[in-house]
Amino acid sequence: MTTWHDQSSATYMKLDRQREHKVNWQDEPPGGVILRPGNSKEFSTGDWRAMKPIWIEEKCTQCLLCWPVCPDMAIPVEKGERTDFDYYHCKGCGICVEVCPFDAIDFVREE
Amino acid sequence: MAIREKLSGNEAVAVAMKQIEPDVVAAFPITPSTEVPQYFSQFVASGQVRTEFVAVESEHSAMSACIGSQAAGGRTMTATSANGMALMWEMLYIAASLRLPIVMALVNRALSAPINIHNDHSDSMGARDSGWIQLYSENNQEAYDNFVQAVRIGEHVDVLLPVMVCYDGFITSHAVENIEILENNKVKEFVGEYNPKYYLLDENRSISLGALDLPSVYFEHKRGQAQAMIDAKQVILDIAAEYEKLTGRRYGLFEEYKLNDAEVAVVVLNSTAGTTKAVVDKLRSRGIKAGLLKPRVFRPFPHREIREALSHVNGIAVLDKAEGFSSAGGPLFIEIKSALQGVSDMKIVNFIYGLGGRDIRVEHVEDVFMELKDRLAGDEGNMVNYLGLD
Repeated sequence: MTTWHDQSSATYMKLDRQREHKVNWQDEPPGGVILRPGNSKEFSTGDWRAMKPIWIEEKCTQCLLCWPVCPDMAIPVEKGERTDFDYYHCKGCGICVEVCPFDAIDFVREE
Repeated sequence: MAIREKLSGNEAVAVAMKQIEPDVVAAFPITPSTEVPQYFSQFVASGQVRTEFVAVESEHSAMSACIGSQAAGGRTMTATSANGMALMWEMLYIAASLRLPIVMALVNRALSAPINIHNDHSDSMGARDSGWIQLYSENNQEAYDNFVQAVRIGEHVDVLLPVMVCYDGFITSHAVENIEILENNKVKEFVGEYNPKYYLLDENRSISLGALDLPSVYFEHKRGQAQAMIDAKQVILDIAAEYEKLTGRRYGLFEEYKLNDAEVAVVVLNSTAGTTKAVVDKLRSRGIKAGLLKPRVFRPFPHREIREALSHVNGIAVLDKAEGFSSAGGPLFIEIKSALQGVSDMKIVNFIYGLGGRDIRVEHVEDVFMELKDRLAGDEGNMVNYLGLD
């Protein structure tokens, strides 16, 4: 008979990133229900990137026009000022590059 | 004391629905299932049930509303037929794969085109791989009994799958028969409260349902779903045993009629099994050892049990009320052949019959048995045959 435990699918996503296959089907909750809310932030979308935005801090005026247009919330803001990109989530769409009036974001090929 | 009633199949199912009193019924009318939500909406309007009745704008919406409601934590039901279920197609798989034990009355009707409102099994047979449990019903009594049991089967912690209760359009759905129904409180007691482990309106636990499932876990979830279908077989038997204690009526994975010593047997679903029983009796009175196997549970398919029940029979004719267009026989035939794989000294033939509601009568089933006897005597013939067509 099937059994399952209250484990989060995010754990397995992490495992998958390490290319380890440790998921036991008996332990998965029925229907793939996700039991821990908000765990999508643990999923890396950074490895989808083909182009990479580079923040040039000297040119940045902290106008914060880049922050609201980022679809992935990958521009962290602390105490009213943006900090470096969250490359774990940034997909490299380049909208921030387009919107920046001060050329403070470079856009380079992901190596 | 059970209540004796005269009800059509649709009425019987609507009454079962009333007695179960689910939280939500979402349905869209389509012949021949229309009466089920029609009767039920009257029960809602007259205050006999507190169920939320959702009159949706299509069957895709009906099944979508059922999924939302069941996922939220409500016991949910619907009814449909043929093209109505075809329009639910996408959502049928989602209901099963999210492991939501919705119960549906599927009043079997031919799928278009050409358009035809009469009975065959092309609708439910097409959905046989959707992950729904399928129970088939010979008559009004069985439709009622299957419907009450379906709730318990689907909601069982080892199962958590939706269940469709299939019965023949018009033949069963609209014909009035004497049946025995349970008292309201007995049904309520039998089905009990719906207590899902995970549901969206649980204020103590936030969950997400239907999230993106990548290659790292999707396969595991399908394996779990497959196990639920495997485990459902025992659950169906356990619940049937409990139901028998309550009603005296016995249900299994299939019914055997004079099959023990049978030399020739017919395998057939739903109402035609009733016709076949009459033919079996007639042939027996002429000294022919005829028998019948009527599957009740088509999903999960009881391969092992059917193999045991049929392995002593010399000749088997499988009657399919759906073509299947496999070019190698109808869907029931393929399952039975697979169940009997490797059994030697056995003739097994397929008869496609009654498509689009073509009447099947005692003479037709008698012809099937006679053909089977001829085959056993050495006559060559096709594996797949079309009953009543020249």
